[in-house]
Amino acid sequence: MYKYNRYDQQLIDERVAQFRDQTKRYLKGLIPEEEFLDLRLRNGLYIQRHAPMLRVAIPYGMLNSKQLRKLAYISRHYDKAYGHFTTRQNIQFNWPELEKVPDILADLAEVQMHAIQTSGNVIRNTSTDEFAGVAADEIEDSRPWCELIRQWSTFHPEFNWLPRKFKIAVTGAAVDRAAIQIHDIGLRLIRKEDGEVGFEVLAGGGLGRTPIIGSVIKTFLPGKHLLTYLDAMLRIYNRFGRRDNKFKARIKILVRAMTAEKYAEKVEQEWQALKDGPGTLTEAEINRVSACFTHPEYETFSAEKSTTAYSAQSATDARIADDSGFAAWQRRNVKPHKVPGYAIVILSLKPTGVPPGDVTDTQMLQIADLADKYSFGEVRTTHEQNLVLADVKQRDLYALWQEATSGSLATPNAGLLTDMICCPGGDFCSLANAKSIPVAEAIQRRYDSIDTLHDLGEISINISGCMNACGHHHVGNIGILGVDKKGEEWYQISIGGSAANDASLASIIGPSFAREEVPDVIDKIISVYTQHREAGESFLATYRRIGMEAFKTTVYAKSEIL
Amino acid sequence: MTSSDANKSADIKWQLVAADKQPEADSRYLIIPLALWLADKADYENRTDIAVWLDSGEEPEQLAGDLHRLAFVALNFPTFRDGRAYSSASILRQQLGYTGELRAIGDVRRDQLEQMSRCGFDKFCLADGSILALSDVPQFSYHYQSAADNSEPLFRTQQLD
Ligand code: SF4
Repeated sequence: MYKYNRYDQQLIDERVAQFRDQTKRYLKGLIPEEEFLDLRLRNGLYIQRHAPMLRVAIPYGMLNSKQLRKLAYISRHYDKAYGHFTTRQNIQFNWPELEKVPDILADLAEVQMHAIQTSGNVIRNTSTDEFAGVAADEIEDSRPWCELIRQWSTFHPEFNWLPRKFKIAVTGAAVDRAAIQIHDIGLRLIRKEDGEVGFEVLAGGGLGRTPIIGSVIKTFLPGKHLLTYLDAMLRIYNRFGRRDNKFKARIKILVRAMTAEKYAEKVEQEWQALKDGPGTLTEAEINRVSACFTHPEYETFSAEKSTTAYSAQSATDARIADDSGFAAWQRRNVKPHKVPGYAIVILSLKPTGVPPGDVTDTQMLQIADLADKYSFGEVRTTHEQNLVLADVKQRDLYALWQEATSGSLATPNAGLLTDMICCPGGDFCSLANAKSIPVAEAIQRRYDSIDTLHDLGEISINISGCMNACGHHHVGNIGILGVDKKGEEWYQISIGGSAANDASLASIIGPSFAREEVPDVIDKIISVYTQHREAGESFLATYRRIGMEAFKTTVYAKSEIL
Repeated sequence: MTSSDANKSADIKWQLVAADKQPEADSRYLIIPLALWLADKADYENRTDIAVWLDSGEEPEQLAGDLHRLAFVALNFPTFRDGRAYSSASILRQQLGYTGELRAIGDVRRDQLEQMSRCGFDKFCLADGSILALSDVPQFSYHYQSAADNSEPLFRTQQLD
């Protein structure tokens, strides 16, 4: 994991002081409300429905146990003893007091954390694959590059007042777990045959009102040119992106209006003067940052054990492996690791009845302990709003499962229907058309049988409380969007979305539904799948094969009991 | 006298010509809009008291070739949220090689001066009427990235470990 040097530390300390001064001047009436709004947003502070909300950056999802303990402390000391992990791998506190925020930031700075650029029209936290560095299908570790982007984008003087927020995602594996095709900029790491590392560069993807899959604008950008090329990409956007209408201000609208070819051409032109300039990465710098992401001291196990399986070496072990709860968890929440004898574990933050992504202070402390005990003291956050212990010995899996179970952290539903992605919605967010958390809960209650869930296999349900699409509803296999109909909360349902390598946008099934109807509608959609699926076929594959019609007919069929 | 007051008195002779206005005949020390400059630049032959201002959507590339004739260039911030002038400034410095004075005008606010200075601005006419020089702007001790103020990124200026 990246460790701050004294320059990194000094910069965030100076930022805390700067923000403290800005808050003080605002409270004295020396900075007008409308100006302070933009200043505080640049430091992750929103004013929500009930109270301010502070979004803390977790750069590319990496946390250590010390940081997690500090987050637990902050939630207890300044908030209501819980935090909410977001779809951008960050954490939010929903109830801090404005006057206390500078103190929170100072506490965060003690553990090398901050809230810099977690909101506002700036370059946001870069997100990546939650399995980076350990995934069996990895081509190149994305984290050093994410850190280089973090540093480059932090207080970038030219791009602090963009037309709209700006999100970059990086993937370094065969399977894209970072959803790079729906980001403003998507970067796919490539290693050429001669060993040269670089990127395929995508631009103009995004969700929101106008969902668009990003276009490739450069097929190979050598790694050392990354930052100057990003400078050129951002500059073209900063200059020509629309500023007259915030719904048309994202880069996707610019790229679509000028065409991806033209945008690529302009970037290339702009880049010529920046290329090989001082922003060009040196080998020393790439090596310095990469060296922070070395592998922990793995024990050596024989190569045959390179599976996710709990290694059953004795009769007791065999009995344990038969424990059906453990088996279900292992099937869903344990993933293959590139080092023999190790596994990746997903701690589900989606038990029924808890808003997706929420964790209590006690759970945070418990997770920190688990990380120390089983995973070299590190934890990762995922864009599915779960947590990951990335380096667990296979022989520790059972013990870990038992401990995680006692903390409600072992729901065996990773990737299954109840592992929903859900924005805070109308319970917290002032932009919402409708609530989203109660909808997630109603669906979870309907699907409370682990056997049914496992039988249905991988299905993603994504819920957003409004068009801003923080719950990524367009790329859910089933998407649920809160809409406002004459002041009432309704829900529009779509199917067929995916954020993976085969990214696609979901299609709306038809007229929207009242909140109570949603679980029934989900039931009907699922029933069409179970009727039509072929052996081993996923929900998405079935939908792609049979199309929308069968779903539509069933969902809107007149009920006989009416 | 504060440095802002000193700046103001040295500056008082300069007159900003609004986008849709013409300067009065025989007036001197003018900051004229880009369109006027492009239309009448021949008339300003041999004048050393002409500066040009650009609005945030105007392209600084249009001044390529003329920059040496201008007393300074001013870039307007129609609102403090409009960030285009940061790129215009960067282009003037990095692409067009402009080394003369670069002023920030319009809705210029104190908390943004640091960013402006790093994009190559070196004089700041604030919305509250004060005028500041580069040396008045507080800076972070370090910066990560290179920018149009000729700065190098941290990884080139410091021995990092
Ligand atoms: S999708 Fe809408 S309701 Fe949900 S968090 Fe985003 S802005 Fe708020």
